[in-house]
Amino acid sequence: MPTHAYPQFTYDGPVAPGRYGVVVAGGGLVGLTVALDLARRGVRVLLLDEDQTVSQGSRAICFAKRTLEIYDRLGLGARILAKGVVWNRGTVFFHDRAVYSFDLLPELGHCFPAFVNLQQYYAEEWLTEACRATGLVELRWRHRASGVENRADGVVLTVDTPDGVRVIAADWLLACDGARSSISEGLGLPFSGQVFHDRFLIVDVVMERDMPAERRFWFNPPFHPNGSVLLHRQPDNVWRIDFQLGPDADPETEKSPERVRARVAAMLGPDARFEIEWVSAYTFRCRRLAKFRHGRIFFLGDAAHQVSPFGARGGNGGVQDADNLGWKLHAALTGSASEALLDSYDAERIPASDENIEASTRSTEFITPKGEAARAYRDAVLELSGAYPFARGLVNSGRLSRPAVLAGSPLNTPDDAIWPAGSCAPGAVAIDAPVRLDGRDDWLLRHVDGDGFTLLLFGDTDDFPQADLARLAVRPVLVSPTGSVGALWDHAGLAAARYDAHPGTAILLRPDQHVAARWRQLDLDAIATARRRALALEI
Amino acid sequence: MIDAEQRLTDPDGLFEALVAAHRDLTPEASRRLDARIILLLANQIGDVSVVREVIAAAARGGASE
Repeated sequence: MPTHAYPQFTYDGPVAPGRYGVVVAGGGLVGLTVALDLARRGVRVLLLDEDQTVSQGSRAICFAKRTLEIYDRLGLGARILAKGVVWNRGTVFFHDRAVYSFDLLPELGHCFPAFVNLQQYYAEEWLTEACRATGLVELRWRHRASGVENRADGVVLTVDTPDGVRVIAADWLLACDGARSSISEGLGLPFSGQVFHDRFLIVDVVMERDMPAERRFWFNPPFHPNGSVLLHRQPDNVWRIDFQLGPDADPETEKSPERVRARVAAMLGPDARFEIEWVSAYTFRCRRLAKFRHGRIFFLGDAAHQVSPFGARGGNGGVQDADNLGWKLHAALTGSASEALLDSYDAERIPASDENIEASTRSTEFITPKGEAARAYRDAVLELSGAYPFARGLVNSGRLSRPAVLAGSPLNTPDDAIWPAGSCAPGAVAIDAPVRLDGRDDWLLRHVDGDGFTLLLFGDTDDFPQADLARLAVRPVLVSPTGSVGALWDHAGLAAARYDAHPGTAILLRPDQHVAARWRQLDLDAIATARRRALALEI
Repeated sequence: MIDAEQRLTDPDGLFEALVAAHRDLTPEASRRLDARIILLLANQIGDVSVVREVIAAAARGGASE
C-alpha cells in the first residue's frame, strides 16, 4: 500500500494564443513557489508544466529553516510544520562507531527548527492548491515549453500540448524547468562546474521504527562496507535510505527489488519488517550557468544551478531564488523600481549559488574521494576522528543549507556604525525571535510580510520623537522592551539581543526579509536613501 | 612565510622516526600514515593560511619562490 496517492490534475485544453505577462516554465517546487509569491503580490502568472501531477517520489525532503520561513510568509508554514518531521541534529558514523554529532539550531526562541523533512510531493500539492486559491495563477498541465526565442521586447515560447504545438508570447519568462531545462538548451547556454561519476541509490522504505528524528550518515558501515549511507525519517513512517554505489554500478541491476531488499535487510537486520515505496538511482553535477538573467528570461533552481544532495542545498537554494526574484519582479512590474533592480538577481543569487556549489562539491570530494591520495586523506580523517576531536570538524558528510548572506549586494547600504559580528549585517536574512502581541505569543518574522519594506524600530514610542514615517513608504514595526500598546513585546529580550539593538535602533528589511540597512539612531533621510538603493533607484 | 632555516631540535632523529614509522607498511597503509601525520601537524599549526603556504612550497618540488 503506497502511503500517498498522487493527484491527477486536469488538462483543460491548450493555452490560448496571445501575449502573457509572467510565464513560469516548470511546475516543480521552485516554479510553484515563485508563481505563488508573485500571485500573492497581485501579479498574474501563467504556469506551464509537462506533467499533470506532483513530484514522482519523495525527492527533496529536507526543508531548511529559511525555506520554512519563506513558506510561512506564503501561508504554508504551519501546514508543513504540522505534517513534517522536525529535526535539528545529525550524527556521523565511521564503521559502527559514532564519531561526530552536530546540532544545527542549538538555541531556543525560533519559530522554525533547523529542518523539517517532508516529501516533495506534499509540498508541491499544497503549493498548487495555494496557487489556485489566489485566482491569479493559470495552471496549464501537460504543457511543455519546447522552444524559446529571446527578443528584446519579450519572449516567444513554443509549447507542446496534447492538442499540438502552440506559440505564445511573454513579457517575462521564469525558467524553472529543472536540470534538463529545455530553455537553457534552446538558448545554447553552457553550464560550468564538475560532473561526478559515483552512482547513488535512493530507497524509501515504509516501516515502524522507534528512533530519534535525526540525520544519520555512515562511512563504510559493516552493512555497506565500501560506501556511505544516509538515513532520514519522513512523515507517514517513510524512511529515506541513500546508498553510495560507486562509479561502476549498473543502475538497472541495482534497482531490482531483490537487490534493494537485500541491501536494506543488511542495514536494518534480518527481522526488520519493511516495504519498499520508491527506488531511484542517480548521479549528480555541481555546476551553474554563467548568468541567471538573460534579458527577459530568468533561470531559477536546478535550471540555473545544480548541486549534490549532500547538504540539502538544491531545493532550498531554489526556493531562495524564488524568494529573491518575486518581490523584484513585482516592484519592476508595478513601477516602484526600475528594471535595473532585476540585474541584482544575478548579483545576489550567483554568489549564493557559488557558496552552495562550493560546499556541495567539498562534501562530495570527501564522500567520494577520487584517487588514492584523496582516499588516504579522507580515511585518515575518519581514523583520527575517534580519539582526536579536531578531526571531527574535518568529517564532511554534507554541510547543511544555510540562508545566503548577500554580503556583496549592490542593494545593501553599508553600516555607518560599529556592530558586532553575527548581528544581522546588511544582506543577512532577518533573524526570528519570539515576541508577544496583545498578550499572545507571536514571532517577529510574521510581521515582516508585506509587499513593501519593513522598518523595525527597537524601543518605545518616545524613543522615536517626531518620526514622520509616513513619507518613507516603509511599514514601521515597533519592537518594544516594555510591551507598550500596539507594539511587539520583546518579552525575552531575544529580538534586541539578536540584532544588537538598543532603544532607537532602526533596521530596514526588504520584502524578502533580508536586511537592507541598519542604524543606531533613526535618520529619516538615510532610510529614504537606503530604500531607494535597495530598489536600484537613482539616489 | 615559510621558515627556510633549520628549526628542528633533532633533525637526524626526525628522519629516522619518519622512516621507522613507515617500515613494513604497504604503500596504501604508508600513504594513510603520512596523511594522519600531516593532519596532526596541520592542527598543531592551526592557521590554515600557513598550511596553505606549506602546501604551495611543497608543490614547487623543492624550488624556492
